[in-house]
Amino acid sequence: MSTPLYSIPGAPVVAGAEATPAPAAAPAPEASAPRTVGEVLAETQAGRVLEELDRSLVGLAPVKGRIRDIAALLVIDKLRVSLGLRAESPSLHMCFTGNPGTGKTTVALRMAEILHRLGYVRKGHLVAVTRDDLVGQYIGHTAPKTREVLKKAMGGVLFIDEAYYLYRPENERDYGQEAIEILLQVMENQRDDLVVILAGYHDRMETFFRSNPGMRSRIAHHIDFPDYAPEDLLCIAERMLEQQHYRFGSGARAAFEEYLALRIRQPQFANARSVRNALDRARLRQASRLFAERDRALGADDLTTLSVADIRGSRVFAAAATAPL
Amino acid sequence: MMTNPTGRLTQGQFSFLPDLTDAEIALQVEYGLKRGYAWSVEYTDDPHPRNTYWEMYGMPMFDLKDAAGVLAELAECRKTFPDHYIRLMAFDSTRGVESVAMSFIVNRPKGEPGFGLARQEVNGRTLRYTVHSYATERPERERYRR
Repeated sequence: MSTPLYSIPGAPVVAGAEATPAPAAAPAPEASAPRTVGEVLAETQAGRVLEELDRSLVGLAPVKGRIRDIAALLVIDKLRVSLGLRAESPSLHMCFTGNPGTGKTTVALRMAEILHRLGYVRKGHLVAVTRDDLVGQYIGHTAPKTREVLKKAMGGVLFIDEAYYLYRPENERDYGQEAIEILLQVMENQRDDLVVILAGYHDRMETFFRSNPGMRSRIAHHIDFPDYAPEDLLCIAERMLEQQHYRFGSGARAAFEEYLALRIRQPQFANARSVRNALDRARLRQASRLFAERDRALGADDLTTLSVADIRGSRVFAAAATAPL
Repeated sequence: MMTNPTGRLTQGQFSFLPDLTDAEIALQVEYGLKRGYAWSVEYTDDPHPRNTYWEMYGMPMFDLKDAAGVLAELAECRKTFPDHYIRLMAFDSTRGVESVAMSFIVNRPKGEPGFGLARQEVNGRTLRYTVHSYATERPERERYRR
């Protein structure tokens, strides 16, 4: 048979079929292969994402350090590959533990982008799921459901929020175990296709891993998210306000600092999430304060400023006044 | 006269070409996903040209971002039905289109006996012609058994 005249994109080049047009095609990539870390970072633009991560996330020093380490490994691997050295593709499944509102989801989103820039995942999208999306309601429902989610996450990052709910020790016939098994299988066999990030509160994840030792050993990176310090929270609050085109009026910043000191001591404090809720309520109070003044002409200054009264109106201050510590 | 010189079923795209490799299939799937198509896997052991609707292997896969998911499903289907015809279909859900945009065979049985022409004499000496697949002379599940 004669050699075919057609060619399909991506088809392996048959020896002899393309002998005439481009014999010099093979050594070409050698010349353009990156030699320094800077070149890889420039080529992939991962440096910019890392910088943005540093800039836009307050605090979280250990988390940032860990992400830097991972990024460094991936960059060095790229350099190794360009020199023809063996670079075992690392297991990048991660576990984020930390209290509510410490930025686990936000970091996961950034992580997806960094991994995409470094060419570790092909698409770099994030699929965020919880137990409900993975576990079915009757026999035979779980496997297709889990597989469907996994297929959607291929080429990106699968983020399982509150992963410890997958395992329910009190019910031995719980379908969560089935989902975990499928998850483990895919995490092991299709490591190049997707990265799984589990997230949850620290103590509950500990129990989860104790009862699923296979899961712990397949996750290479356990990253602990510390609680924010009060000054970090204040910084976060200012950034949130800036994004929404608000600002603290004179004295309001100090009032909010005081508010945070009181709020942290209360139960169910959820770090950045509590800050956002507090600011939302302050905005409500500001709106009703302005709403009451029917005849006043409101300038941009009035509309963007949160006053001391807006902050002080919070229930937290009232509770602290009636029940001093 | 030889009606089936290559001994291969020719339906859908790329069917006159040699079998696509997995890498080539992945590229085609990737192309479809980029255009927003939903891929699905179908199989049959009755490849009559008028047998339009093959059996679905799982649900059509909407909201996929990467070809790896489709290929994983295809690998499973191949494991279950190694001696069946398997095809990938891309559904374009754009309003006004809403139909299959791509379709190609990705798995074939080892031997493909092809089709015969059946003649039926009706009123007077009128002849009616129809196509019939040699494989279907045997019962299901034995059609392409080696």
